[in-house]
Amino acid sequence: MSSFWSIWITVLTLLVIVGCVFLLVVCNRNDTGIKEGESMGHSFDGIEEMNNPLPKWWNYMFYVTIVFGIIYLLLYPGLGNFKGLLGWTSANQSVTTIAESKAAFEKSEAAYGSEQGDGSFVQYDREVIQANERFGPIFDAFAKTPLEELVKNEDALKVGGRLYLQNCAQCHGSDARGGKGFPNLTDNAWLWGGELAEIKTTIMNGRNGMMMPKGGLPIEDGEINGLAEYVVSLSGRDHDAALAAKGQASFMKGCFACHGMDGSGNKMLGAPNLKDNAWLYGGSRMAIAESIQLGRSGVMPAWKDILGEEKVHVISAYVYSLSQKDESK
Amino acid sequence: MMNHSQPVGADYNYTVVRQFALTTVLWGIVGMAVGVLIAAQLIWPQLNFDTPWLTYSRLRPLHTNAVIFAFGTSALFATSYYVVQRTCQTRLFAPKLAAFTFWGWQAIILSAAITLPLGITSGKEYAELEWPIDIAITVVWVSYAIVFFGTIVKRKTSHIYVANWFFGAFIITVAVLHIVNSMAMPVNMFKSYSLYAGAVDAMVQWWYGHNAVGFLLTAGFLGMMYYFVPKQAGRPVYSYRLSIVHFWALIALYIWAGPHHLHYTALPDWTQSLGMVMSLILFAPSWGGMINGIMTLSGAWHKLRTDPVLRFLVVSLSFYGMSTFEGPMMAIKTVNALSHYTDWTVGHVHSGALGWVAMVSIGSLYHLIPVLFGHGRMYSTSLVNVHFWLATVGTVLYIVSMWISGVMQGLMWRAVNSDGTLTYSFVESLEASYPFYFVRFLGGCFFVAGMLVMAYNVFRTVKAPKDSLPSLTEAKAA
Repeated sequence: MSSFWSIWITVLTLLVIVGCVFLLVVCNRNDTGIKEGESMGHSFDGIEEMNNPLPKWWNYMFYVTIVFGIIYLLLYPGLGNFKGLLGWTSANQSVTTIAESKAAFEKSEAAYGSEQGDGSFVQYDREVIQANERFGPIFDAFAKTPLEELVKNEDALKVGGRLYLQNCAQCHGSDARGGKGFPNLTDNAWLWGGELAEIKTTIMNGRNGMMMPKGGLPIEDGEINGLAEYVVSLSGRDHDAALAAKGQASFMKGCFACHGMDGSGNKMLGAPNLKDNAWLYGGSRMAIAESIQLGRSGVMPAWKDILGEEKVHVISAYVYSLSQKDESK
Repeated sequence: MMNHSQPVGADYNYTVVRQFALTTVLWGIVGMAVGVLIAAQLIWPQLNFDTPWLTYSRLRPLHTNAVIFAFGTSALFATSYYVVQRTCQTRLFAPKLAAFTFWGWQAIILSAAITLPLGITSGKEYAELEWPIDIAITVVWVSYAIVFFGTIVKRKTSHIYVANWFFGAFIITVAVLHIVNSMAMPVNMFKSYSLYAGAVDAMVQWWYGHNAVGFLLTAGFLGMMYYFVPKQAGRPVYSYRLSIVHFWALIALYIWAGPHHLHYTALPDWTQSLGMVMSLILFAPSWGGMINGIMTLSGAWHKLRTDPVLRFLVVSLSFYGMSTFEGPMMAIKTVNALSHYTDWTVGHVHSGALGWVAMVSIGSLYHLIPVLFGHGRMYSTSLVNVHFWLATVGTVLYIVSMWISGVMQGLMWRAVNSDGTLTYSFVESLEASYPFYFVRFLGGCFFVAGMLVMAYNVFRTVKAPKDSLPSLTEAKAA
């Protein structure tokens, strides 16, 4: 803020507050020339106005809020560029990039706890540091436990479940059964692999699932129905054998490159297994045809910078446990 | 006692007052009924019938616009035109322009009722209407100002009555707020983009938003209060000096209060602190109006037993006092951290909107309508009383349910487990709110039922033969 605006704000603010005090002082004096408790002498459509004094308690209330306001503006930022005596800010006010934000946070972290440490008055940073201090050890302990052991730790799974509900349920659903375009996490059909380490990699770094329209292959529109029929046949459902055979020929134009010769998919590419009857975008002939015709793309965000590896570690164990339950049934 | 005798030679223009008074009742019913429908949709989402223009997202702005700008503002037009004539003892200035404000305002209401369900919106809360309608609003509003201030200029009284200070401040400030906040770059007839960006846009929007509350819903209705309370009670206004302090302090402070809608956002810290401090100092001036209104009744409290119209006015002042206490408290950052984004805010708004704005308008209309149509009283005083209880019970049900669900939501959202994770997911807080949504819906039904009773009573009063409804005192004398 330029010093002009800073002065502008400060002057206007003080003018309004001082103006209120002035009003109170003037109106508490009876300058009307009319005795208190008597009519002002003018009448509007039969309505008269009395010259009664301002209620005492109301006066006090007004003054108390004014005094509070002035003290608050001395302690906290408010009067233009004046930072306030406490040096408090809600967050690092001047940062404009993530890098600056990180640097400012590190400065706060370094200064935290020292007597004069200026960064420790940034409220957001202070709360993050305090939360890390308090809850950090719990997650550090989890992080040191290998995933294979963590999945047997009921406490860890409970914590993982809570983290899941707050961060993952928005897309994957509170029952983890996903929805159209959002993978079901309970069915043991894994696009990018269902081993503990694979799940953790997926959550840490995110995934970009992409299939170009018609897989980017020289497939004619007329071939799509056949292809869809062939895909239906792959999952072992009733199908028109002649049409599926035509579709198989189209499949050999290149679909196998990602989905495999037998259609069992490729977790290195996130190419779905077409035989397991788990459908991310629907398994009807029409939905399959639409997927082939228009292609599909889906994004899973990377969580390592948002939650940190310790928390992702716990969530990975929880997500893994979801499909294990189904298997035991 | 009611005294309708007019000064010699004065012959007031009641046509435009009558028109606005009747449309107030109509738009009140429409706006509040839409409110009840969307309250029901929050419990039974099927009630949007899978129809785009009946979805919550489109009907909610229709509800807010209808109650604020169709119901509330029509009430302000009617009462300000009435009060300014009678307290200045002169006819309205530019009667043709006054007629234009009526038909213009109705056209604006209709265009809002069409465009909002179609999803045509600028996306700014309480300023959703698109730019062609914004321009029309400006034209009508400037005409309103010309009529009102023209009448003040040609007044036959030496002083300007306090009610007119408030009406005047409301008219000028709403013009400024509307014009500044609606500045936009049109893309086509139905779409425009705000001239401001980012945090500045948010700040301009809430400078507008909060002062729509401060100047339209507070100052305007205080103007109404300053005429109809002393008139209905037959008592002088309690303190002239209190009027002066609280008027000037109110209008000087309100304009700063907007940032409290943006606590803990990207708004700079200094703006948030200033908004909070000014909102707190605003507490006493706000209460000045309540004190002046309620103390005006000293010596006339017994009238509350027999006069349900006065009851409306006094209860409206109590709700005004309550919500203007609650407002500054909610502007304190620490309290706001709990209340913001919860139903508490919704409850607070409605304790102002139903308890204060609607009740004071209804009370004033019950005073006004018999006068406008040449009667001594409303067709049925007991129906006024029925309306009073329906409105009071409805308001209490509404705000109590929203307080409870709001505080509950705030507490659930901040509850943390021993491992630092949140105890509840958002959906759990929503599930817990359902019983309160139902009570709120019930409160809304009560309030609308009261409005329907009013419509019937108004209809019978308007249609009643001349001299068939003498005032209670006249009836006793006869």
